[in-house]
Amino acid sequence: MSILINKDTKVITQGITGKTGMFHTSKCREYANGANCFVAGVNPKKAGEEFEGVPIYASVKEAKAETGATVSVIYVPPAGAAAAIWEAVEADLDLVICITEGIPVRDMLVVRNKMKQKVAQGGKETLLLGPNCPGLITPDEIKIGIMPGHIHRKGRIGVVSRSGTLTYEAVAQLTEIGLGQSSAVGIGGDPINGLKHIDVMKMFNDDPETDAVIMIGEIGGPDEAEAAQWCKANMKKPVVGFIAGVTAPAGKRMGHAGALISGGADTADAKLAIMEECGFTVTRDPSEMAKLLKGLL
Amino acid sequence: MKIHEYQAKEILRKFGIVTPRGVPCFSVDEAVKAAEQLGGSVWVVKAQIHAGGRGKGGGVKVAKSIHDVQAYAAQILGMQLVTHQTGPEGQLVRRLLVEEGADIRKEYYVAALTDRATQKVAMMASSEGGMDIEEVAHSTPEKIIKVFVDPLVGLTDAQATELAQGIGVPEGSMAQAVDTFKKLYTCYMETDASLAEINPLILEGNGNIKALDAKFNFDSNALFRHPDIVAFRDLDEEDPDELEASKFDLAYISLDGNIGCLVNGAGLAMATMDTIKLFGAEPANFLDVGGGATTEKVTEAFKIMLKNPKVKGILVNIFGGIMRCDTIAEGIVTAAREVHLSVPLVVRMKGTNEEIGKKILADSGLPIIAADTMADAATKIVAAVK
Repeated sequence: MSILINKDTKVITQGITGKTGMFHTSKCREYANGANCFVAGVNPKKAGEEFEGVPIYASVKEAKAETGATVSVIYVPPAGAAAAIWEAVEADLDLVICITEGIPVRDMLVVRNKMKQKVAQGGKETLLLGPNCPGLITPDEIKIGIMPGHIHRKGRIGVVSRSGTLTYEAVAQLTEIGLGQSSAVGIGGDPINGLKHIDVMKMFNDDPETDAVIMIGEIGGPDEAEAAQWCKANMKKPVVGFIAGVTAPAGKRMGHAGALISGGADTADAKLAIMEECGFTVTRDPSEMAKLLKGLL
Repeated sequence: MKIHEYQAKEILRKFGIVTPRGVPCFSVDEAVKAAEQLGGSVWVVKAQIHAGGRGKGGGVKVAKSIHDVQAYAAQILGMQLVTHQTGPEGQLVRRLLVEEGADIRKEYYVAALTDRATQKVAMMASSEGGMDIEEVAHSTPEKIIKVFVDPLVGLTDAQATELAQGIGVPEGSMAQAVDTFKKLYTCYMETDASLAEINPLILEGNGNIKALDAKFNFDSNALFRHPDIVAFRDLDEEDPDELEASKFDLAYISLDGNIGCLVNGAGLAMATMDTIKLFGAEPANFLDVGGGATTEKVTEAFKIMLKNPKVKGILVNIFGGIMRCDTIAEGIVTAAREVHLSVPLVVRMKGTNEEIGKKILADSGLPIIAADTMADAATKIVAAVK
């Protein structure tokens, strides 16, 4: 088992005909069972065409009806990405993974509230991962996103992070010392996003094939603290925690739209303190994340 | 993106919020003319820089005569205004706002911002206007009233009234305050702001509500749909190195240390800075070259880092994913040659084709120090600059 996706997941690519969409759909299809997983693309102007044998449909709804896909991945450019998320939600997919970086915050605010309203009104809940994220992978089964597949190994460690390359760093460290991953999840660097650390930690806690977790955060926002508080009362598995940005100055956006210190609770030190208090094994040295975790097993 | 106070007030007026009448000025003559044109007997001469705390730093003066306006304008224009937000070197004042005076009976605070936890818009108001809101939040948090606005609904009359009553707006001015809050919310949403703050919002002797000072930040992801706001950008107020970096799509932020760092990915870049600190030195910058660390981008990144005279060494930390390490290594070698790199360079590369990349660096004949882990890289660069 794994969280969110496995080798049987059927995926639609929204924005399959753009440069990024084509490149990564191709890479994802080469990885593990990808050729059987990526079953459809969406582009209203190119319906009826194919990309590497993957049929392109006019809408997510149609792609879902024709292929039975339950998950989509979005590479649509920023101006249209929130609309693409909403299209997937309206089609009642289980999970939408939005890779796109640079979506206006207001667009995300509106679409997130529409998603919540839909559920409140009795509609089906669609989970959102991202935006501005690398996606997620269940090694040796399926990868949905832009991470390099070959650094991963199948195993029993969960990884969750707001940052792409820092996730790869953790994964590569784990693989190097012989620890594989159950799933590695990038939740993205935007201030308004879908799944948060706490949601992914709950899934790892419930996953019988995950033994321990590396949780990586960064400056800005309340998410890591919220996850840590939940873990204190509920998490049955050891967690190694790292927060990037101890040296980040206040008031400056550090690359990610969400990596901004606007108050005391946003700092790396404050988050590290809460995580430690909640029972995480925290480190200030990102080189030793995997080594520390191995010591906890 | 930040803008000046006079520009912020222009936006507020566009949304129907009342502000004092005022004129932006670039010279003493213009300031005098502005005061004459505004009329009245009291004027405020305000330095326009992108930093708060201008009053305490001597950048805001109340003039009781045209002669005073002239004297204050001469004094403030061209000064290095130092506030708690500018750093010790201060910021050169190039623009002024000359405004009519206001009859202040009471100062309030109101702001709109996006709340990450609830994923709604937070409207905050306080009876303690004119003060640093962080300070109010810290010492008297009960004096800050907050409502969370569902963007699908907008700020309701009930919520706006709750804010106005919560901060003690007198009954006679209630309708005006409610109206102002609703307009501020609309303005926040329609301009794609990330912060819209009126501080102070004043109650005048005659019961009118007016925005005496205002501050906006805008979501840079949304600027593509606001050419009118982009036109407000004042490049003089921005860090020249950060500006230069942005032309090459590099996310760069100047810091105070002496070790430059070049990394792909924002999280890894921060983690690299932190590691440098952990091993006893300070980073000179944050620099994310992004996913495609091309030769051109690496070269520009080196140039920008080396412009900083404090930089005594550079640490490159690249995780080669889709972008292979050998490609990146070639970029680093070319860039190092092009800029005639004269400071120690430690390169840590990890990921796809790592070994080939390391060989390219080793065979280059350049004095590049290779490192295995981030900790190893930090240790080596710290040792190299000592």
